[in-house]
Amino acid sequence: MTGRPKFTPVREMLAFQLAHARARDAVYFPLNAGEFEGVALKSAARDRAEYLRRPDLGRRLSDASAAQLKALRGRYDVAFIVADGLSPLAVHRQAPDLLRQVTAHLEGWKIAPLTVVEQGRVAIGDEIGAALGASLAVVLIGERPGLSSPDSLGVYLTWEPRAGRTDAERNCISNIRNEGLTTGAAAELLWLLMSEARSRRLSGVQLKPDGKFLPPPGIPAG
Amino acid sequence: MAFSHTIGGVVHRFDDLKTLLAKASPARSGDDLAGISARSAEERVAAQMTLADLPLRAFLEDFVIPYESDEVTRLIADSHDAEAFAPVSHLTVGELRDWLLTDQATGDVLAKLAPGLTPEMVAAVSKLMRVQDLIAVAAKIRVVTRFRTTVGLPGRLSTRLQPNHPTDDPAGIAAAIVDGLLLESGDAVIGINPASDSVESTITLLRLIDLLRTSYSIPVQSCVLAHVTTQMEAMRRGAPVDLVFQSIAGTQAANASFGVDIALLDEAWQAAREQRRGEIGENVMYFETGQGSALSANAHHGVDQQTCEARAYAVARRYRPMLVNTVVGFIGPEYLYDGKQIIRAGLEDHFCGKLLGLPMGCDVCYTNHAEADQDDMDVLLTLLGNAGANYIMGVPGGDDIMLNYQSTSFHDALYLRSLLGQRPAPEFEAWLQRTRGELPGAMARLIA
Repeated sequence: MTGRPKFTPVREMLAFQLAHARARDAVYFPLNAGEFEGVALKSAARDRAEYLRRPDLGRRLSDASAAQLKALRGRYDVAFIVADGLSPLAVHRQAPDLLRQVTAHLEGWKIAPLTVVEQGRVAIGDEIGAALGASLAVVLIGERPGLSSPDSLGVYLTWEPRAGRTDAERNCISNIRNEGLTTGAAAELLWLLMSEARSRRLSGVQLKPDGKFLPPPGIPAG
Repeated sequence: MAFSHTIGGVVHRFDDLKTLLAKASPARSGDDLAGISARSAEERVAAQMTLADLPLRAFLEDFVIPYESDEVTRLIADSHDAEAFAPVSHLTVGELRDWLLTDQATGDVLAKLAPGLTPEMVAAVSKLMRVQDLIAVAAKIRVVTRFRTTVGLPGRLSTRLQPNHPTDDPAGIAAAIVDGLLLESGDAVIGINPASDSVESTITLLRLIDLLRTSYSIPVQSCVLAHVTTQMEAMRRGAPVDLVFQSIAGTQAANASFGVDIALLDEAWQAAREQRRGEIGENVMYFETGQGSALSANAHHGVDQQTCEARAYAVARRYRPMLVNTVVGFIGPEYLYDGKQIIRAGLEDHFCGKLLGLPMGCDVCYTNHAEADQDDMDVLLTLLGNAGANYIMGVPGGDDIMLNYQSTSFHDALYLRSLLGQRPAPEFEAWLQRTRGELPGAMARLIA
């Protein structure tokens, strides 16, 4: 009726396949904890296949990593936790820049040793933050790759982290990537949220009653 | 009540009905995650053999979730039609499967039977069926619904035009709608998932579709898939609400996690009917479901995800909906791991819904962390077309840029219609023919 093809032309078809291939590769991109100056930890999920099937295991530390953390316990204002999530690629592309830019703001904050978790989901920050003795946990995690966004990072803030915190008790900044929210803009936003969480001693829905920083629906990071 | 079955001297025991159903369920990651699946392939078949010998009447005496503690169970028990059930009341689950495949079980016979079947009976029989059985039986059943178009007629395949936009930008959404209409999509509904659940943006989007529809006399119905309470408020404020949408699940607790119960849905249904906007019929509700939703809300009560899904259809059928679809691959690999599991689940859901009398469609879809790709979706799409699905989704390019998952594209629907000789809903088809010459120009003006 319009002279338009009734099938997907080969170029469009292959462009789609490329986008999907990149998203798939992002999920299986290996996290190289050595690229971060931090303590390498592992969740209770042994590998990617188990991680994808068992979200519960990705939310807690392996026994060895839990034991390792005990030696690092202190009293800290904030703990930054880098977790691979569903896009380790995003972590490598965005997390170093974001960490550098946000820590530049944190004069006077007592910052816990950086931890880097393999096969981690968002809630693993609760266990790590509590074990470190941090008032605030900030988890930087690879988001589930979209077709044209394989390298999008999410950040989750939790005041007084401890096992059993719900998503309603967190604040989220999502879509951190070059084509979305840049690391510079994200660092500013994160700094504002961290300051507000510290002064009001809370996080989650009450921190921003307008819901602006709530976890977005439908884009689980892990 | 406990069950057992002996194979080669080995006794397999199943403590109760929900355990038996879970162990008989074809393999899927969600039941593994819940820790309720069969421990071996042989145990699964032993459970299926046990289930095959179970009389259908057993499901009227033994509920997988107690009557006292779950309103979905109460709905199932209280709305059961004993007269409709009578023709199959003497059968076991296995005998029902064989009978469904006979020529005696025609579409008309099955339509009359629907109120006599419970979701658990239907889920049970599906567990004894291979893919070809699920397709062969579902293909016999037509469930026809009407609002401004007629959906579900033989030889017809409709689509939900899904023009989602990450920021609900009206221009972006209008462009996607025009793109879809030009590719003959939208005869099931033009349905937008809003990024924001606010009443204001819901009303803005409803008015946008209504303006388009009335300006070009397009026989379609619209829906903005906000929470049901948001749509009810939009109706109170006089917005043009055609279909009222809600996600539903198969347990009271899972529905509570969606912020709904039967009383609220009753209220929404009444409000929607009072709008009197349907021109050729009064099917006003639109529901979405999907295996795994009860488990993800920790509200499954140890019941397998496919049985939970079938129970959601008991909620849906109370409202004689215009459209029901299972969003089969959306939830992720912890519930349906790969293409094989997604394909089977999509066909199970379509079969169970149709056998219970629902106008089933399917969102043939997957996420990027599932072991699935476009080939798997083509397989499911083609099988569902043969099974007689009422409708599928039409998403620009197959990429939903708001919800971040892959569904079927406008072109996928054109492929299926062409392959199977299926046509759009008659009212929509007539409109396409009427406006064929001027449509592109008119549409171009619209977005200019």
